[in-house]
Amino acid sequence: MSTIAASRAKPKPKPTPHLSDRAKAERRLGWLLSAPAVAVLLLVAAYPILNAAYLSLFDYRLTDPGSRAFIWFKNYQVILTDNIWWGDFATTLFITVVTVALEFAIGLGFAMVMNRTFVGRGFVRTAILVPYAIITVVAAYSWQYAFANDTGFVNTWLGTNLDWFGGRWSALFVICLSEVWKTTPFISLLLLAGLAQVPDELEEAALVDGASWWQRLWRVTLPNMQGAIMVALLFRTVDAWRIFDNPFVMTGGSNGTETVSILAYRQTVGRTEIGLGSAMSILLFLSVALICFIFIKLLRTDVGRVTKT
Amino acid sequence: MRTSKRARIWLGVAAIAVVVWALMPVVWIVSLSFKHGDDIDNKQFWPTQWSWDNYKTVFGTDLFTSALRNSLGISLIATTVSVVLAMFAAYAVARLDFPGKRWVLVSALAVSMFPAISIATPLFNLWREIGLYDTWAGLVIPYLALTLPLSMWTLTSFFRQIPRDLEQAAQVDGATTWQAFRRILVPLAAPGVFTTAILAFFIAWNDFVFGITLTSTDKARPVPAALAFFSGASEFQQPTAAIAAASVVVTIPVVVLVMLFQRRIVAGLTGGAVKG
Repeated sequence: MSTIAASRAKPKPKPTPHLSDRAKAERRLGWLLSAPAVAVLLLVAAYPILNAAYLSLFDYRLTDPGSRAFIWFKNYQVILTDNIWWGDFATTLFITVVTVALEFAIGLGFAMVMNRTFVGRGFVRTAILVPYAIITVVAAYSWQYAFANDTGFVNTWLGTNLDWFGGRWSALFVICLSEVWKTTPFISLLLLAGLAQVPDELEEAALVDGASWWQRLWRVTLPNMQGAIMVALLFRTVDAWRIFDNPFVMTGGSNGTETVSILAYRQTVGRTEIGLGSAMSILLFLSVALICFIFIKLLRTDVGRVTKT
Repeated sequence: MRTSKRARIWLGVAAIAVVVWALMPVVWIVSLSFKHGDDIDNKQFWPTQWSWDNYKTVFGTDLFTSALRNSLGISLIATTVSVVLAMFAAYAVARLDFPGKRWVLVSALAVSMFPAISIATPLFNLWREIGLYDTWAGLVIPYLALTLPLSMWTLTSFFRQIPRDLEQAAQVDGATTWQAFRRILVPLAAPGVFTTAILAFFIAWNDFVFGITLTSTDKARPVPAALAFFSGASEFQQPTAAIAAASVVVTIPVVVLVMLFQRRIVAGLTGGAVKG
């Protein structure tokens, strides 16, 4: 201890004094270079959330700023005892569970096809990237017009005359279909990355041992790409839970297809109920945080592996 | 693994099915955009008569042309700003040793999980108070919350893939850390930076939540939000054909980028884990 104290009090030339200077400079440069990005992140995301948390404690309507009043957690009480909120909550939960399950199954299929296809591999990948890159609103219009009564070819092909957007479940079916089409490419590319890391020798050994295709999939391939699977599921679950564009374009949230994001939008922009809308935003934020907590802490998803080399 | 002939045929069939599934809605909206007049309601996949009329209509309406200008301008500015900021941060995280560097990436990841609507609702109020409502800047700023996290993660992974030896050699020859960054790393990282810019642009180009919440006129409204306000060639016409044509126009740049840079986009999305 005394030697350390002494060397601090009177810096003596150490064997590698240059390195220590260098380390100090490196540390300063590191902070300097990452500061702007972190500052912007705090400003554009953390500040609005804190602002929303503050506004959520007020009874505040934009069109009537005079009667703005501090009401503690009453907005939350209003929301959490409201049937519309829980109805939209159930709709969002339904869409999330159905789309993520379908996307995983289809995405895994896509990944396996891409992993083994050698002829036209580039073409298949290009085709699959198109839904990923296309604007969600455009995709929603395309699917809506395909199923619509007046313009669509789907009823003609099926020989039916169904009003798809007139009923809750048929409308949800089209919304989920469009969502699955748009986002499966993303999940399949993440799964392809996981698949590429499963050693071929393992599968070959299982094949030699007489394992069937199904056994190889469940016993060898999937367990060895568990990390990639969990990360893909986490990203897609959070994304599906925030769904807004698709139902907004297709039904505007009518016929029991409204999601919590649309409800929050309707409070804030449609009714200018800033206090109530902010409280909903905070609840939405907390639910996303809960999803992340479940995946990272309870299911032990290693988020660091997403882009780790 | 060797693939038998029968398996190969099945793979071929599956690959064709994947391509058809991925492209069909795009082909459908293209076909829809070429339908003439009442043909839009023919309930068939293809038009009975092909026509450019709908494209003439959309390019003749200010609503669309100004939205196109807004979308391009706002997305490009947001992309540039976030890629430049992310480049510095990613270099620091990938190459330098400093306390708290783990938190740089963790905070980026946390922000990418934020629901857009949770940011949009407080901004709707704030922007009205400080005059950023319905302006380009009012959209560029929230777009950074969408594009910056992805840019930071993607660039960090690209920087980590570049061998360290070159910079170390330069530093042994007397270059400072800054010179090693500017002269060695930046040129080598250019493809990664470019890929990151494409991915960030896709995200900004795709936004609907901020576009519809934080704008009210042609002044700043981007294309996805503008589509919801479309009307047909006349007031009494369904906007379907016009929306289809406008949709195709904004999809073209995306498809071109995907066709040209398929390999790099896949590498960017998967952290380079998929080869070929």
